[in-house]
Amino acid sequence: MSTAETVIGATKTMVLNMGPQHPSTHGVLRILLELDGETVVKAVPDIGYLHTGIEKSCEDKTYSQVITLTDRIDYLNPLGNNLVYCLAVEKLLGLEVPKRAQYIRVLMVELQRISSHLVWLGTHAIDLGAMSVFLYCFREREEILNIFEMFAGQRMMTSYIRIGGVALDPPTGWRQAVEKFLRMMPSRVDEYETLLTQNPIWIGRTKDIGYISPEDAIALSMTGPTLRAAGVAYDNRKVFPYSSYQEFNFNVPTRTESDCYARYLVRVAEMRESLKIVRQAMDKITDEGPIKAEAPGIIPPQREKMKTEMEALIYHFKIFTEGFSPPPGEAFVTVESPRGELGCFVASDGSPKPLRVHFRAPSYINLQALPRLVEGRLIADVVACIGTIDIVLGEVDR
Amino acid sequence: MTESSNQKASVVAECLRSWNPQAISEIIEFRGETTIVVPRELLRPAAGRCRADAKLQFNLLTDATCVDRYPVGPRFELNYHLVSIPRRDKVRLQVRVSGDDPVVDSLVPVWPGANWLEREIFDLFGIRFSGHPDLRRILLPDDWEGYPLRRDYPVEGFRDVPSTGELFRKSSTL
Repeated sequence: MSTAETVIGATKTMVLNMGPQHPSTHGVLRILLELDGETVVKAVPDIGYLHTGIEKSCEDKTYSQVITLTDRIDYLNPLGNNLVYCLAVEKLLGLEVPKRAQYIRVLMVELQRISSHLVWLGTHAIDLGAMSVFLYCFREREEILNIFEMFAGQRMMTSYIRIGGVALDPPTGWRQAVEKFLRMMPSRVDEYETLLTQNPIWIGRTKDIGYISPEDAIALSMTGPTLRAAGVAYDNRKVFPYSSYQEFNFNVPTRTESDCYARYLVRVAEMRESLKIVRQAMDKITDEGPIKAEAPGIIPPQREKMKTEMEALIYHFKIFTEGFSPPPGEAFVTVESPRGELGCFVASDGSPKPLRVHFRAPSYINLQALPRLVEGRLIADVVACIGTIDIVLGEVDR
Repeated sequence: MTESSNQKASVVAECLRSWNPQAISEIIEFRGETTIVVPRELLRPAAGRCRADAKLQFNLLTDATCVDRYPVGPRFELNYHLVSIPRRDKVRLQVRVSGDDPVVDSLVPVWPGANWLEREIFDLFGIRFSGHPDLRRILLPDDWEGYPLRRDYPVEGFRDVPSTGELFRKSSTL
């Protein structure tokens, strides 16, 4: 946060304060707009209103305790945050996760991607005046949250993905629930498209708005649907596969127009691709099999073993009192979150608490390009441009 | 460590060495990740080389972060994570900085995306980036004292903040 007066100082223009409590900022984002009439001359984002020092708190927790904090970074993608953190710690430990657990992770993360895109679509549409899309999107998101509740007992802050695997076996009846969702969802995506894709108001508000060239997008470290809408097919699931994504068959949708409309089309296409991945993951998940890696002293033993075996009891006690100590070193892992490249950097000094945990937050880095998108455009386009980057302020400020 | 990651590491190392023999002070391989430690004075030219060299093409600066090794010296380690989209490759550039004089060249001239990443490090670690166009605090208020992510900064903070219980008692006895 900073004094903007020193940054914006021209005399014949007007400085307008947008936010932090503006409904279209999706949280608490403040933007200082220097206006010449209705044209934006300069835009300066001011962030930090939600800064809670998550990275500092991580230094005072054991490796397993950090997982609950990761949920709260990007609250529309808690499972993705769990995944990237666990992958980083597993890399530090050199731990191999059983295939079944990897497929369950993929299933959950892809459902999460759909739910996150639904929130994006709904809020972006309501910002631009399309009320009914919002209600439809939240209706389907509810179905996904119900599936999460089945799996993890929680709808949002699931902490379902754990170091070495996942927390629980899939519950009875999960196949029917996911199957029901997969049958319903394609027609629902069609429904959103009939409301928006050919809608002249929607096209008027999004087409040719917020252009950024692919070179500039890469130079500004933009990733995710924003970069793919500029024609760069950079998707971590394909380029640097993790959690067995190389075994799945899916496309990376791209466009070349690089405007708000192209980003809308990319995200809608991504929802359809995610449905394909969910279907494949469901077929790959066997009814029986391990959900956690075998690593005594790191992965908590099963409840039955803990109650009957002396060694398991000792491990259980040690894991929950002292934690475990990965070898000294650093690991950086990136995954494809709904917003772009989500990275986690973990440095260990050989003690049971991490020396440093850092999250490469895609919202934070993509937001930096906002002035480039809006400068020289009308003030009404600012709302469309904020929406199109798909920021989550919890992740921006951490 | 796999063989392919070994080969990849050698490509980056060779390119940088043939450009300037002093460019690499150490190469670390851990869990298949390559870290190239660069002397502080050569950071910006080495980074520029990584981006411009036709054999490297590290066009995306994906992340920059800092580790505070206090009380071990040199105290700060700056890690720049580079990705080459055309070559599907990753590398980490590392610079070590002492706590007495934490100044590094800014990489904004090489990758404009370094802007906010460096502001975040400045805000939370107090490392200054010379040549940065807009080095201000970004997450914390301007008048914040100290740099919270340093290891000698307590997790609870420095100032005594009254608990809500205390505040309640005070307000109810008035």
